Amino acid sequence: MGIHIIKMPDIGEGIAEVELVAWHVQVGDTVAEDQILADVMTDKATVEIPSSVAGKVLALGGVVGQVMAVGSEVIRIEVEGAGNFKSEMPLAPVNHAQAATNLVASAAAQEPDNAVAAPAASAPAPVSLPLPSQPAPHAMPARAQHAPAALVRAPGDKPIASPAVRRQAWDLGVELQFVPGTGTAGRITHEDLQSYVARAAQAQPAGTADQRFAQRLDEQTVPVIGLRRKIAQKMQDAKRRIPHFTYVEEVDMTELEALRAKLNAKHGKERGRLTVLPFLVRAVVLAARERPVVNARFDDDAGVVTRHGAVHLGIATQTEGGLMVPVIRHAETLDMWACAAEVVRLSEAARSGKATRDELGGSTITITSLGALGGIVSTPVINHPEVAIVGINRMVERPMMRNGAVVARQMMNLSSSFDHRVVDGMHAAEFIQLIRGYLECPATLFVE
Amino acid sequence: MDIQHTTLLIIGGGPGGYVAAIRAAQLGIATTLVEGDQLGGTCLNVGCIPSKAMIHAADAYHQAHHFMGGSALGIHVESARIDIAQTVRWKDGIVARLTGGVGALLKKHGVKVIKGWAHIVDGKTVDVTLDHTAGPAVRIQGEHLLLATGSVELGLPGMPFGGRVISSTQALSPDSIPKKLVVVGGGYIGLELGLVYRKLGADVTVVEAQDRILPLYDEELTKPVSTSLRKLGLQVHLGSKVQGLNAAGDAVRVLDGAGREIEIPADQVLVAIGRAPHTHGWGLEKLMLAMQGRALKVDDQCRTSMRNVWAIGDLTGEPMLAHRAMAQGEMVAEIISGKRRHFAPAAIAAVCFTDPEIVVVGQSPVDAAKVGLDCISAHFPFAANGRAMTLEATDGFVRVVARRDNHRIVGWQAVGAGVSELSTAFSHSIEMGACLEDVAGTIHAHPTLGEAVQEAALRALGHALHV
Repeated sequence: MGIHIIKMPDIGEGIAEVELVAWHVQVGDTVAEDQILADVMTDKATVEIPSSVAGKVLALGGVVGQVMAVGSEVIRIEVEGAGNFKSEMPLAPVNHAQAATNLVASAAAQEPDNAVAAPAASAPAPVSLPLPSQPAPHAMPARAQHAPAALVRAPGDKPIASPAVRRQAWDLGVELQFVPGTGTAGRITHEDLQSYVARAAQAQPAGTADQRFAQRLDEQTVPVIGLRRKIAQKMQDAKRRIPHFTYVEEVDMTELEALRAKLNAKHGKERGRLTVLPFLVRAVVLAARERPVVNARFDDDAGVVTRHGAVHLGIATQTEGGLMVPVIRHAETLDMWACAAEVVRLSEAARSGKATRDELGGSTITITSLGALGGIVSTPVINHPEVAIVGINRMVERPMMRNGAVVARQMMNLSSSFDHRVVDGMHAAEFIQLIRGYLECPATLFVE
Repeated sequence: MDIQHTTLLIIGGGPGGYVAAIRAAQLGIATTLVEGDQLGGTCLNVGCIPSKAMIHAADAYHQAHHFMGGSALGIHVESARIDIAQTVRWKDGIVARLTGGVGALLKKHGVKVIKGWAHIVDGKTVDVTLDHTAGPAVRIQGEHLLLATGSVELGLPGMPFGGRVISSTQALSPDSIPKKLVVVGGGYIGLELGLVYRKLGADVTVVEAQDRILPLYDEELTKPVSTSLRKLGLQVHLGSKVQGLNAAGDAVRVLDGAGREIEIPADQVLVAIGRAPHTHGWGLEKLMLAMQGRALKVDDQCRTSMRNVWAIGDLTGEPMLAHRAMAQGEMVAEIISGKRRHFAPAAIAAVCFTDPEIVVVGQSPVDAAKVGLDCISAHFPFAANGRAMTLEATDGFVRVVARRDNHRIVGWQAVGAGVSELSTAFSHSIEMGACLEDVAGTIHAHPTLGEAVQEAALRALGHALHV
């Protein structure tokens, strides 16, 4: 019998560390060759780690949520034959093995060292998130079982109460089934009934049905790991580094909506339907030409703003795992329908987890939209190291004054944030006003 | 025709009907009760009470007879003689006092009692005749109709009542004690009366179709009774079917367990094979109420399938017990008065006044196992009870059944002399939701039979003191 150690493989693309997001085996499990052992997550993608050998799991190299360096020990498997772990000291080897068995405990301590190599880690040690002291999934059921003082009966269990209590309950119109019993063996006492009735009386006027819910004592521990942790880090980073300046303007979308309706009626079948987004993308492309200060990336550590001629447009997208920002590369080269198709393709790729690393990075400016949930105003968080983000709010028909008359117009707000270190308020406002101009008179989007 | 109006109209003046009437009157409900026979029903007239009187008389005579040969107690009786006519008069005196008492109570509370036989016209109307042949004397209409007509004795089709074949009703008022009595039915009625007749000097043979006596109770409970029957000289034929009387009419033909027909000589044959709800002969079928087997179907408030028609007691089926009917009657009166009530007892005690007595309340270990309840049970024998020794009654035991998880008591059973009185404690502990620790931690007076109750609980907890 020997011991085989599987190390964190080099996933490529210059990735130095990955985050462990799931274990598929436990210590003591028998694993087959090619069986998936764990899921790890890079900056952008989730990768499965298969077993290269068959054997029995001896030790796991980390806990879920832990950031592990490429080349570090993932798992230790007992195999037939010699294995790849050569040591004179059989089972209590000093350095390596101890590190492996103690990885769980020392993970937090190890992390800052690893973090130096991380691309996003020029920040001083934000990576050493405190690990939960216990692995959360194990802690949860135990907590749920902590019974409240008063027993809750299983459905079908008869409530136990003395005849006097039963009679009083009937008089009060209380179903004893719902009264918690604090007495021995769950007996419902007179006091239980009184306090139940007192609580009911407090909470509701007489004669109405009881609309309160039972007091809830359950809680759920959700480990912030994987994509969620990435999002948390990015948001924290952006908010800590960037002094946000948010600017809200309303846009009359009536003309654009009329055009969009016409285009969809005419070309919708063969070219696909257009949403507002391709128009806005085009407006951003045009406005960025005139105000290049907003289409830029600010390397604040180096103190350099890089203005881009290309518009790589990030589209904030909600996925099951959380917020992702796939990027329309060279948005300036796309026509309306190509842009629309690209938006659909990217958001689907992001949602299904198939977006490539390239498709998930390198944006120069970002658009965020909650669609029908857009609300009136939002305060978007800039996708660092960009310097601007344009947020779309809900479009709604409102009465507006036009030439002294009240008319119905399709109105929509744009809520946008700018990095005030490098974008002055005036330039920001001008940028948005340009967009507004393009959108309110959509012909100007196409005729220069 | 004269039509009377009332709020609550009760048919039947037995324990269910008269209790409902008293309670309703207490609650201010105008109540009329119709009874064709004596108030008090089966229970007071031809059931519980007279049978207990006869059991007491037979016990006393048997004891005196027993002392004739001298005794361990040092008592010697020269001769014992019983004047059975006087015994019956004494018994009838008790019955008269009780039924008279019921009448007085009803009068005191303002219940209008109409003597006569009720015949249902519709769900709110009843015609009352003084006897079955005469035309209607009076018509009564009530907003609520409470049916409490009780039950009737079942006879054997091959051996109808009459001549030597008597029912329990006749057996409770004997002119003389027959030399040879055959009792058909080894249930509690047959055994209680069989024991009376045996103790009064008759040769008694019990014929039971099933393979053991008191088939409703478990074998551990009935064993002391079997032993006692044997000691007293009662013959018991189990697994035997009665075929009828022989041609001469002086013996009962019985097909025994082996399939042989034997003849058991009999001066009298007591048929005590059970009772059935009294559903015929008074127009009940007109209402076309929902039935459950032979009984009227009622919900947990004793409502029948017709609005404002209620039914209680034996008419609604098993368990046919007076105390159940009384509780139902009280409840219906309260519901009619506007209170919210349900018939939801945790348990109803059942007592068998054999020698020794049997009492069961709640679930037996077997019952509990059947419904998948994980239970512990323990029994305490009267042989270890001081009071039982002083009563020369060390046969029997008290048994407790409780949930294993939280020790809540779900059943009590006892067999022994005088254990019927323990039913009070048994029922009370179960209705209160008591745990073994509650009973074990209650000081029980010494020396009493009740100590066995505490000791059974202690034993279930693993630390009985006196065994």
